[in-house]
Amino acid sequence: MTAASLTEAEVPLKRRLRRAERARQLKALALVAPLLVFLLFTFAGPIAGMLWRAVDDREVRQVLPQTIAALADWDGKDLPDEKAFAALTSDVLAARAAGTIAIAAKRLNYAQNGFRTILTGTARNLKAVPEPGTAKETLGKINPAWRERATWMTIKNASGPVTGFYLLAALDLTRNADGAIVAAPPDQAIYRDIFARTFLISLGVTALCLILGFPVAYLLATLPPGRSNLLMIFVLLPFWTSLLVRTCAWIVLLQSKGVVNDSLHWLGIIDGPLRLIYNRFGVCVAMTHVLLPFMILPLYSSMKAISPAYMRAAASLGAPPLTAFLRIYLPQTLPGIGAGSLLVFILAIGYYITPALVGGAADQMISYFIALYTTETANWGLASALGAVLLLATVLLALVYGKLVQGQQVTGGMKN
Amino acid sequence: MEAGMVTPAPALVRFSGIQKTYDGEHLVVKNLDLDIRKGEFITLLGPSGSGKTTTLMMLAGFEVPTQGEIYLGDRPIKNVPPHRRDIGMVFQNYALFPHLTIAENIAFPLSVRNTSKADVQERVSAALRMIKMETMAQRRPGQLSGGQQQRVALARALVFNPQLVLMDEPLGALDKRLREQMQLEIKQLHETMGITIVYVTHDQSEALTMSDRIAVFNDGIVQQIDRPDALYEHPVNSFVAHFIGENNVLAGTVETIDKDYCRVALAGGGAVTARAVNVSGAGASTSLSVRPERVAIVPNGSSSDGLNLLPATVQNTIYLGDHALAVLDVAGNAEFMVKLQPGAHDSLAHRESVHITFRPEDCLALDPV
Repeated sequence: MTAASLTEAEVPLKRRLRRAERARQLKALALVAPLLVFLLFTFAGPIAGMLWRAVDDREVRQVLPQTIAALADWDGKDLPDEKAFAALTSDVLAARAAGTIAIAAKRLNYAQNGFRTILTGTARNLKAVPEPGTAKETLGKINPAWRERATWMTIKNASGPVTGFYLLAALDLTRNADGAIVAAPPDQAIYRDIFARTFLISLGVTALCLILGFPVAYLLATLPPGRSNLLMIFVLLPFWTSLLVRTCAWIVLLQSKGVVNDSLHWLGIIDGPLRLIYNRFGVCVAMTHVLLPFMILPLYSSMKAISPAYMRAAASLGAPPLTAFLRIYLPQTLPGIGAGSLLVFILAIGYYITPALVGGAADQMISYFIALYTTETANWGLASALGAVLLLATVLLALVYGKLVQGQQVTGGMKN
Repeated sequence: MEAGMVTPAPALVRFSGIQKTYDGEHLVVKNLDLDIRKGEFITLLGPSGSGKTTTLMMLAGFEVPTQGEIYLGDRPIKNVPPHRRDIGMVFQNYALFPHLTIAENIAFPLSVRNTSKADVQERVSAALRMIKMETMAQRRPGQLSGGQQQRVALARALVFNPQLVLMDEPLGALDKRLREQMQLEIKQLHETMGITIVYVTHDQSEALTMSDRIAVFNDGIVQQIDRPDALYEHPVNSFVAHFIGENNVLAGTVETIDKDYCRVALAGGGAVTARAVNVSGAGASTSLSVRPERVAIVPNGSSSDGLNLLPATVQNTIYLGDHALAVLDVAGNAEFMVKLQPGAHDSLAHRESVHITFRPEDCLALDPV
């Protein structure tokens, strides 16, 4: 039989296999389709929308269309020409009539503090379209800011349709009047600190969860089934209670006239109440409590897979208990440690309610500001940009973890 | 119950009055006294739950005796933790560390003893040479076959020259052919290295193949300790007779005892002469044990000639390649096996009436089952 006839004989078999597989694949697809559609609408869609809002910049363009058009070929070196001033006056008058001036004012005010006053003041004081050729003079009289190049640069930079403004702001960066990326002014440069704080608190909570969860997971994995089931119920108990209730319980426990302070006082250990809540301590305690099961469960499942024979083998080969633990047991729990830490860390950096309830002003994490910008100040662009940075950090972490786990490649030799 | 033989080597391990209970109600090991000699290959053989694995675990240090003391050399080791006992162990499922390479697995017992790097390397490569796996040093246990993992486990347990090596059903997970090959390899290692091996198995043919001596466990008690041939030829009770090799049982009552022999009336009719091994006296009920290969089928009307002669009915013949078995109905035992010579299996017809004979010395009167 020649090679050619062999491959020809193979093709129909492959095709038949594909045909047989296709029915199965379709069935599988039909089974996951409802969830897929659900996720598309509730997860992928909103995230894409959020990412788009982080760069979307069409507000000024909608309110001041003629001005944007007139500034399109402005080189930004000098004041724009009369044409741009005339366009602005007609835009402002039209926007005043339509009641949309506040939209542009709000957006421009993000870029330059006080712009709201400039624009609304101009709208208020501009009686009618100035005579041709006098627009520059008229506007300059209403507000001298119109005689400054930076004012016009702000409008040009906000001309959209997409912008890096919010993303830069989320990283404490901004564009100066020349369009170069520079550090934001100190009064606006708060987000790097908040990101650092978010990561620091999350790291601390992850470490606490690992330190507290490891022994519990070990106990769960080594106890006889009856008792380990009981213990498992205690571990899972927090899942059955609302997050809000659990957080509020910590307020009851930790406040200055709370259970902990009263007990310590009664025992004579302290004279005055300790400050246990509305600070970093309270945030870490409450978050660790809430997130602990997410650490214990992956640890437990990785430990459950480690046969007790390994530790016995290590002992029989002459390893003292601590050596056996460090060299045999611990390395085999690494996938569980990685999974648990990643899970807790990712959940922690998105925490909002707990720090909001038990933290002080200096303990608010990035989600608090995202919520603030979406619900209070309606600065969707900045909220989305902060969200996008958070998402990026999370994805990077997950990728790094994936690489680490892949590189490690633990293959079990035991069959039981 | 030690068989009366001269002790050639001093005891390396001595179990003295060992008892073990897990629940405080049932003794898993009842009053164990056992000497293991230096350099011997001793097998603890018994059905599951007989206490053999518990005995091994007490020796390894993973279980603590409830009562009694274990001596290794002259040192009592009841309270010595496993890692200071200097006992190598091969586990049922090998227990190779999955995150370490083969070389690292074998180096483990050396590195925890702070052996110098050069020495470790030398001994690891010698161990790899011994198991003929030099090329696989950098692989992980998961990439090896069962037999290869078994060899690595063996090398790891031997590389630090322990005074004693324990093996807990190490071949249980292998297929038959590989198992037989590994039995020979382990036996060979034992002979060339002169180490003391305590081996646990429930497979009697494995025990017979490998051991210098076998301790038969049942019900937490050592029933008999002896050389394999002695166990087969001179079992002290029905359990040992039944557990080691094939065995036919005939129930009966002792009529008379004359020195070493007794006359037994069978429950299913007829009477035979048997060696009185484990009977209390005339009138006691007994179980007779006869090996299938010690029985001959003779035509009807043959004379007894001092042998035991019993009528039998052919039930079936089983062809097994190297030999064949006839299943007979003898004195109420409908599964009485007789080993036939090659070619003889088709000479017997179903329900044919025949007679069987066996020598009195091949028929043992033991305790009733």
